[in-house]
Amino acid sequence: MWGLEHIWLIPILPLVGAAINGLVGFRISKQAVGVVAVGSTGLSFLVALTAFGNLLGLDPEHRIIKSVLFTWIQAGSFTADAVLQVDPLSALFMMTVTGVGFLIHVYSVGYMGHDAGYPRYFAYLNLFMFSMLMLVLGGNFLLMFIGWEGVGLCSYLLIGYYYEKKSASDAGKKAFVMNRIGDFGFLLAIMWIFWTFGSIDYTTVFPAAHDKLAAGGFAVTAITLLLFLGATGKSAQIPLYTWLPDAMEGPTPVSALIHAATMVTAGVYMVARCNALFNLAPTTMMIVALIGATTAIFAATMGLYQFDIKRVLAYSTVSQLGYMFLACGVGAYVAAVFHVMTHAFFKACLFLGSGSVIHGMSGEQDMRQMGGLSKKMPMTHMTFLISTLAIAGIPPLAGFFSKDEILLSAFLGHTPGHLVYWGMATIAAGLTAFYMFRLYYMTFTGQLRAQDHHVRDHVHESPQVMTTPLAILAFLAAIGGFLGLPMIEGGHALKNFLEPVFAAPGHSGGGHDVSVEMELMLMGVSVGMGVMGILIARYFYNVKPEAATELLKIGPLKSLYTLMQDKYYVDEIYDALIVRPIIAVSDKGLWRFFDAKVIDGLVNFAATFFMGLGAMFRTAQTGLTRSYAYAMVFGGVFLAGFWLFLSNGK
Amino acid sequence: MEILMFNLFGGLAVAFALGTIISKRPVNSAISLIGTMFCLAGLFAMQDAHLIATLQILVYAGAIMVLFLFVIMLLNLREKVGAESRRQPFWQLLAVVVAGALFAPLVAFGGGKWLGFKNVAPDFGSTAAVGRLLYTSYILPFEIASVLLLAALVGAVILTKTKLR
Amino acid sequence: MITVNHYMALSAILFVIGVVGVLTRRNILIVMMSIELMLNAANLLFVTFARQTGDMTGHVFVFMVMAVAAAEAAVGLAITLALFKNRETVDIDEVNLLKG
Repeated sequence: MWGLEHIWLIPILPLVGAAINGLVGFRISKQAVGVVAVGSTGLSFLVALTAFGNLLGLDPEHRIIKSVLFTWIQAGSFTADAVLQVDPLSALFMMTVTGVGFLIHVYSVGYMGHDAGYPRYFAYLNLFMFSMLMLVLGGNFLLMFIGWEGVGLCSYLLIGYYYEKKSASDAGKKAFVMNRIGDFGFLLAIMWIFWTFGSIDYTTVFPAAHDKLAAGGFAVTAITLLLFLGATGKSAQIPLYTWLPDAMEGPTPVSALIHAATMVTAGVYMVARCNALFNLAPTTMMIVALIGATTAIFAATMGLYQFDIKRVLAYSTVSQLGYMFLACGVGAYVAAVFHVMTHAFFKACLFLGSGSVIHGMSGEQDMRQMGGLSKKMPMTHMTFLISTLAIAGIPPLAGFFSKDEILLSAFLGHTPGHLVYWGMATIAAGLTAFYMFRLYYMTFTGQLRAQDHHVRDHVHESPQVMTTPLAILAFLAAIGGFLGLPMIEGGHALKNFLEPVFAAPGHSGGGHDVSVEMELMLMGVSVGMGVMGILIARYFYNVKPEAATELLKIGPLKSLYTLMQDKYYVDEIYDALIVRPIIAVSDKGLWRFFDAKVIDGLVNFAATFFMGLGAMFRTAQTGLTRSYAYAMVFGGVFLAGFWLFLSNGK
Repeated sequence: MEILMFNLFGGLAVAFALGTIISKRPVNSAISLIGTMFCLAGLFAMQDAHLIATLQILVYAGAIMVLFLFVIMLLNLREKVGAESRRQPFWQLLAVVVAGALFAPLVAFGGGKWLGFKNVAPDFGSTAAVGRLLYTSYILPFEIASVLLLAALVGAVILTKTKLR
Repeated sequence: MITVNHYMALSAILFVIGVVGVLTRRNILIVMMSIELMLNAANLLFVTFARQTGDMTGHVFVFMVMAVAAAEAAVGLAITLALFKNRETVDIDEVNLLKG
């Protein structure tokens, strides 16, 4: 049980790496920096692997290990320990984070090799690993929140990594501020939970949930809605998603790690972790499912016509996250977590692959300049193709299993409106296949469209340090779905593993009462949508590229096209409705009026008041001897009279 | 007889006192004050305070007032006619009011009773008797008074010293 | 019959005249003379009470008062001279540098 006894090593090792690289990184050699960063993450992965193995060796009922490090806060009735908890849910996330994180660290050695801020990059990346691991391994809401804030911070630092570029620093700020709006909801929820339960420890709160909170009542609905608000901020759902596409300003490995595989899934983790609470609030579940499905299809439409390769992937991420929340909303937490895992594999592979393409294209990100790269970059091409097939939901790759399970759960679920959500998600699946293969065809097939000679001459495959992680991730994207077998008749390896976390009275974590024929038919529908999407993309972008341009000249289609391409002007709406008014209030209202006039006025008034008081008293200082004499005589008279009065009274 | 002397000396004293504060010229004020002091000396003598009466004339009228007159003459002041400020009558009125207010308590301490004089020893107020008291019971104040005079002497010299080239 | 009260009244009148003089006159010498007047009034009272009680301590007090008056007059006049040398005036209303 060595792994389970040393759980604290898992987050601490990357923290140590971050400290070393942050403090002395610029003084040690570049190789040393790389070794420290990659090594600490790799060691963390090994410890995690051992712990995972230990966990599997335990009985299913006992797979919940708490490791109290120290008592942190003890203030009156509020106690919070620094406690790490390993159970099937956190173990799964832990493995994904450390595993994929490790591969991305290796990749970064190659990708960021020429960057001047190399140590700074790895320090931030390791700090992120620490925060994310604290988030998933934390045993109470406090530690989760710390990790939550930490990943938000690292996201800001890493998105704005190229801080000299204004668009990058703006994107970092935007991400952080939107996250904070969500965090506000999260924090309120934590306080409310404490108020209801008297504790914020998972093992105290969740078993007592259905005792302390009335099912469907105001309290539990409010708490879960606030929690979900935090999730929308962190996981880029409507309405707090606009930061994710802008976050592509950061280096590509950052996009892969933070905005595909790990940080954005924190919201899903949080909802899954709090499933005991969410199960008691059907209204919230409906909202979660609604927002998930809407985001899925909405983001998919926005990704249809982007030209920046990373932007397409960003909208794809938002869309896939929508799927995960849809699954949570219909109570299929296992499906959601499953999709988190498979999504981590293929999305990371896609992002790293796009990084490889950008690297090979000497920094070019516009797909209109690409084409025919399959010959020049075979390894990248192959891994990219595998991952694209996975995301499109083509069996037997990983994406098919997880996506199909979500669709099935949506179809069979009990949440009001579930069939609508199923319809939206299925259409979104078709759109996903379409835009992903549009990306594939534009990038890898046909002829190279770049005009710049420098770019044309330098197209090359990436070094092995970058292609090996790609290969590993593609492999995982290929076979990762088999954890979802057998599918028919409900129940599979992953579900059994996660059962203890999601089992609750009245729920079975997504078990299905459905006939085999129905399941096969639904599977056929989703695969069919995927294939259709692929074929349409093939037609427009491979077989007859001109047809696309022709089609889009048609009036209504053209305006629709512009609408989608300009992201439905959501950013502009936010700017006008929220950002500008707040800036105006802060500038004119708070600063010029309140701070300058009221506060300064008060302070100045205090000063002038005393000056006035002093001036009043100063009139007594006439300098004239006579007035002083008068004063003395007055005093004498007064005293004499007083004494007389007293003696007369006797 | 006694009443006559008292009225004479008392009335003259008041008259001279008024003269002191009313005169426009400092010299006139000084002379008036000397007159007051002579009258007071008479009143002292009426009360068998023979030593004090003599000292009053010798020291007060003879030394202190002479000093005043020296300084007045030294300063050679030109009276500024009409140099009084516009608000002078107000101040004067106020002064009289205040003084009047002061008068009442001073008199009222008598408690409304008419007090008489005791019979005293024959050598009451004589030089020998006062001197005896001064050199035995009150020797300390006596010595300190001499120190005080020394200090005043030194102070006066220093205050009026001009820097020697 | 002359009683103590007569002398007290006289003393009070002289004292009050002195006070009016101090408060009213602008010439510093006159002011000082008014102060002497006040002291004399006090002396009269001392002597009166000494005679009334038969205790000669009053006379000793008068002695001291006279000594102090002499000292005070000397120093005060020295100050007046120094003032005159500096400011060419003995008007107390004009020495108001302490105004503030």
